Amino acid sequence: MIRTIAWREFRSLFLSPLAFVILAVTQLILARLFLAHVNLFLMVESRLPTLPNPPGLTTLVAAPLLGNVGVLLLLIIAPLATMRLVADERHNKTLPLLFSAPISMRDIVLGKYLGVLGFFLVITALALAMPLALLIGGHLDFGMLACGLLGLVLLAAALAAVGLFVSTLTQYPAVAVMGTFGILFLLWILGYANSGHGLGRRIVATLSIVDHYEPFLRGLFSTANVVYYLVLTLTCLLFAVRKLESERVGA
Amino acid sequence: MPGMDNGTERDAGHRPEVLVEAVGLTRVYGRVPAVSDVSFVIRRGEVLGFLGPNGAGKTTTMQMLSGNLAPTSGRVLIGGHDMMSEPKRAKAALGYLPEIPPLYRELTVDEYLDYCAALHRVPRPDRTRLRERAKARCGLSEVGKRLTANLSKGYQQRVGLAQAILHEPPVVILDEPTIGLDPIQIREVRRLIRDLGREHAVILSTHILPEVQASCDRVQIIHKGRLILSETIGDLERRSQSRVLMVAFHRAPDTARIAELAGVQSVTSMGDHRLRLFHDPDQDPTEALMRLSMTEDWGLREVTPETSSLENLFVELTGEQSANP
Repeated sequence: MIRTIAWREFRSLFLSPLAFVILAVTQLILARLFLAHVNLFLMVESRLPTLPNPPGLTTLVAAPLLGNVGVLLLLIIAPLATMRLVADERHNKTLPLLFSAPISMRDIVLGKYLGVLGFFLVITALALAMPLALLIGGHLDFGMLACGLLGLVLLAAALAAVGLFVSTLTQYPAVAVMGTFGILFLLWILGYANSGHGLGRRIVATLSIVDHYEPFLRGLFSTANVVYYLVLTLTCLLFAVRKLESERVGA
Repeated sequence: MPGMDNGTERDAGHRPEVLVEAVGLTRVYGRVPAVSDVSFVIRRGEVLGFLGPNGAGKTTTMQMLSGNLAPTSGRVLIGGHDMMSEPKRAKAALGYLPEIPPLYRELTVDEYLDYCAALHRVPRPDRTRLRERAKARCGLSEVGKRLTANLSKGYQQRVGLAQAILHEPPVVILDEPTIGLDPIQIREVRRLIRDLGREHAVILSTHILPEVQASCDRVQIIHKGRLILSETIGDLERRSQSRVLMVAFHRAPDTARIAELAGVQSVTSMGDHRLRLFHDPDQDPTEALMRLSMTEDWGLREVTPETSSLENLFVELTGEQSANP
């Protein structure tokens, strides 16, 4: 049942031009950034062997690219791809179809969530194709790449959950876009606004969505970072289920 | 719970199973009760018409029956399963057409119906057969490959109807099923509802009286959130057949003398020398009454026949000056 809803959600994205436009524009931007990373690598390549522990293609090209994918997902793709999930159904009065079918609220939310997460994974896979193309002439540190990829998937999972939750709050997709963008952008700049010190600084750093992502890109796996994304994801999904349940009970 | 039944007595003792049971349904929005203390049952093979002016609480009741809205108090049982404690089982037994058909604009009719079938856990091998059957019943065979967004309002309504009966649920809940249809389509849909009523329990809401007469076995009138009438269509029509005369005199007459007149069923005094005469539809006592008034010198000054059509009945029951037929 979750799969049925997820599949429809995934397909519906591709039945509108939005998904294709997102994929095309993202790929174009990422390709440009990828070439810039490669260029930088070629510029410094000759001097690398002189360093004691020289960074390779993975550190100088693949990791920054995954970082770029994360930022694009956070700033544009997640708000846009999740805006319609529930808001649109509410606007078009299609929710009664789901609410009167023998499906639990949890399954509805999970289905929608996995549908949009699938779309994020398509974006990730297309982006990943670029560093993998470097295998033709160079070699990559697969352990580090896998770690970065895990971080990206965890980030995407959290972004999709935030977007889905915000979409349950309104019937206007435009409001959902702005809401998700606002929340995610604030979570992002928390990492930059680390001017304070002591406890406040640590709390802010703990909440920042990007501070937890960067260690993955450097190949550092830490349980705390995994837990951060899982907690954020589960909280938002739970809130989404609660919101829809409360709709039935009514205010 | 046989005590809750307010249907006919003709097949007492050997009745079909109760498929829908609403017990004391109440729904309060803020402080305003939209529906208060509504109770009824629907059995297999019955079409129940839910009649009321706009804003009477029809849609709210339908939403509670279909599990889209939790009642403030009271409960709903569909096929014996409580909507609150066993929602999946209760919902598995129902098909619901909301006020606005819940269509996904980006899907074709076939894709949409297949998705609905999947949501209702119709096994994959049965989906095509059931989809084609529902399409044929709703007159959609020609439009399977078209996007629902591009269909006319009437066709969209029919797709919504097809969605509600697709998985052949025992209980079908239709909120204003003929809205937006042209007269020919309305006739087809009414025939379809009668058809469904043979094996299923159907509940439909409408503010159109002839609709109830055309397709229902039983009617319930809801007004300001309360059920004010619940009877069979036959009773309702019989009620509307028996003619009523309003008569007024200058001097108080002897009501017993009037009651003796041929065809008069009953006489009630309305005060102020006014009487209300119920008489057989085919025996108008007006002439005899006038003659009697002359000889007894009652001073008959007014005779007004009350045509008790369903509209009048409705106005009378709801106490509104302008019902909205």
